[in-house]
Amino acid sequence: MAVTAHTKKAALTGNTAVAIAMKQINPDVYPAYPITPSTGIVEDFSGFVADGSVDTELITVESEHSAMSACIGASAAGARVMTATSSQGLALMWEMLYIASGMRLPIVIADVNRALSAPINIHCDHSDSMGARDAGWLQLYAETVQEAYDNVFMAMRIAENAKVMLPAMVCMDGFITSHAIENLDLLSDEEVRGFVGEYKGRNSLLDTDNPVTWGAMVLQDHYITFKHQQSEAMTRAKGVAAGVMKEFGEKFGRPYGLIDAYRLEDAEAAIVIMNSAAGTTKVVVDDLRKQGKKVGVLRLRLFRPFPFKEIADALRGVKVVAVLDRADSMNSFGGPLFNELRSALYDLDNRPKVMSRIYGLGGRDYKVKDAVEVFEELLNISKTGKIDTMTKYITL
Amino acid sequence: MSEPAVKEKKQKLSVPFNYDKYMRPHKLPHIWCPGCGHGIVLKSLLRAVEATGIDKDNICMVSGIGCSSRTPGYVDFNTMHTLHGRAFSFATGIKLAKPEMKVIVISGDGDALAIGGNHFIHTCRRNIDLTAIVYTNSTYGMTGGQYSPTTPIGDIATTSRYGNIEPPFDACEMAKAAGATFVARGTAYHTLELEKTILAALQHKGMSVVDVIDACPTYYGRMNKFKSATHMMEVIEKDGTVNVKQVDKLPPEKVQGKLLRGILHNVERPEYCQQYANIIEKAKGGK
Ligand SMILES: Cc1ncc(C[n+]2csc(CCOP(=O)(O)OP(=O)(O)O)c2C)c(N)n1
Ligand code: SF4
Repeated sequence: MAVTAHTKKAALTGNTAVAIAMKQINPDVYPAYPITPSTGIVEDFSGFVADGSVDTELITVESEHSAMSACIGASAAGARVMTATSSQGLALMWEMLYIASGMRLPIVIADVNRALSAPINIHCDHSDSMGARDAGWLQLYAETVQEAYDNVFMAMRIAENAKVMLPAMVCMDGFITSHAIENLDLLSDEEVRGFVGEYKGRNSLLDTDNPVTWGAMVLQDHYITFKHQQSEAMTRAKGVAAGVMKEFGEKFGRPYGLIDAYRLEDAEAAIVIMNSAAGTTKVVVDDLRKQGKKVGVLRLRLFRPFPFKEIADALRGVKVVAVLDRADSMNSFGGPLFNELRSALYDLDNRPKVMSRIYGLGGRDYKVKDAVEVFEELLNISKTGKIDTMTKYITL
Repeated sequence: MSEPAVKEKKQKLSVPFNYDKYMRPHKLPHIWCPGCGHGIVLKSLLRAVEATGIDKDNICMVSGIGCSSRTPGYVDFNTMHTLHGRAFSFATGIKLAKPEMKVIVISGDGDALAIGGNHFIHTCRRNIDLTAIVYTNSTYGMTGGQYSPTTPIGDIATTSRYGNIEPPFDACEMAKAAGATFVARGTAYHTLELEKTILAALQHKGMSVVDVIDACPTYYGRMNKFKSATHMMEVIEKDGTVNVKQVDKLPPEKVQGKLLRGILHNVERPEYCQQYANIIEKAKGGK
């Protein structure tokens, strides 16, 4: 049976930590459908419902297609809505992801990153959420269990901000983070309540005194206006996210930013990477720094909206950069993060040389030696000024 | 129409049987838990395939996702492991591309009736010549024991901790109503009978569905306080079902509340691939 009371310090898996964050938020509606490796979140949460420790309506649907449809219905009715999924589950939500963002519904889901079929694989890579990158959802990524837990609250605040009103996806690495037990600090329920506040849906379907229509047909007359507004909201979301993260740090003593720049100040070579693999890379950076090598790591915490300016500022002065993507755009020109990041650097006067490395697909280990090799290659390029191979798979 | 093999009075015992011919030994051991019914169903299926005499290279086995859907990985047919709920659609494509091929769909009750319910219904409606084996263990085994569309009311699952309130489907009734022309049920307990039932399904021309009641001792069994896998088989499969041929001979109280086994529906109706070929003929200016 589920545990319902928690001390401030706890050793938890990523899944349980996220489920507890959701419990503390106490959403109104939670459509649930299981898929590895996110099932633990749904399972723990259904335990909280059974225990009566949340007031949530848990709807056990028959597929993710229905799960996201139910999220949208409930959110349009004015409810605060959450769920969790992975991989094929997110893929099956595809059609509705665009409905959620187009209707400006601040649904918050956890996506436990897992590879997409075929061939079938249940382990970590980012092809699921990266595939959804144009769906109009905010995307936050987490290196650790602590961060995944904290991101749930921040995502809720950003999504529900009146200037934003967009759905959000909180991503963490399948198995590596979702199933690993880590010590973390939990917020108290009061702290969570104080931070996320009450949600009052606007133009809610259940406000029968003020009947509204959602998702009505708009053709050449207005469609582009809706999309323009959505795009502007996404632009505003960056400032809102920065503010929410700052506030979180001030209130709870765990500072976060849109990006996490690690030993980049005087770095000559840098790896850009997301989620758990950043931890391994930081260990390597510390080692190489001891040997006098000027290396650093840039980790994106926010991928949507894309913090292009912050990235450019952080990498200004770095000579060579390797962008490590745990997903391939299958465009024969590197991963999604690589392409957007390289474009973000275009306006720098002295832009670094940037290369793409795809790693760790389908849960393939990314080890210390892999990061060492990339740094060695970068430092060599820094000397010769020449990138031999622009895009390449590593950890093969 | 082919004569259902289950009518034979004296069937030669097909066991012991050398399964190696149909297996991919390097893929073993399989992932199924001790006591899981899925392996028993597979064995019945392989014996039935042998009895059809169809060359194994002329068989394509297609599955969705789930413990049951891992079956094609272990067998030496042409195999395709697809997406959760979509095996019926993939199989339809295969069959239309190669109507001469024997196409077998392996699906779990969650796969066929929950996430894939829509495809299940429409595949039955078309009466395309597929044989579908639905492993009904009343749970989503692979994802940890959530209730499925065949979980009885009141039963415990990770998603129904105080008892399931949703009424279950009868897969056979649904297949029949949707238009499948051969509908049967077996259990993992009645393994020889199941073999004969599957053989009849394989010999049928048109959409054949065999709903196989089997057990997931790991999740459904433990949560619902069954003592062991064999206890489950006895209660659910042996005592919980009755052969359709015995219904008239038994007093009503012995039949009430039980699931019927055997061939429950067997009719003839034009088969989809044949219809498709006919329409092409017609479009080309034929009769
Ligand atoms: C789109 C999608 N959603 C969810 C899953 C996760 N999933 C894998 S198997 C399964 C349930 C399988 O249940 P069933 O078909 O009854 O087969 P069993 O494991 O019981 O044999 C689920 C929900 C998935 N693979 N794909
Ligand atoms: S979990 Fe259940 S269905 Fe899956 S292999 Fe184990 S016993 Fe069989």
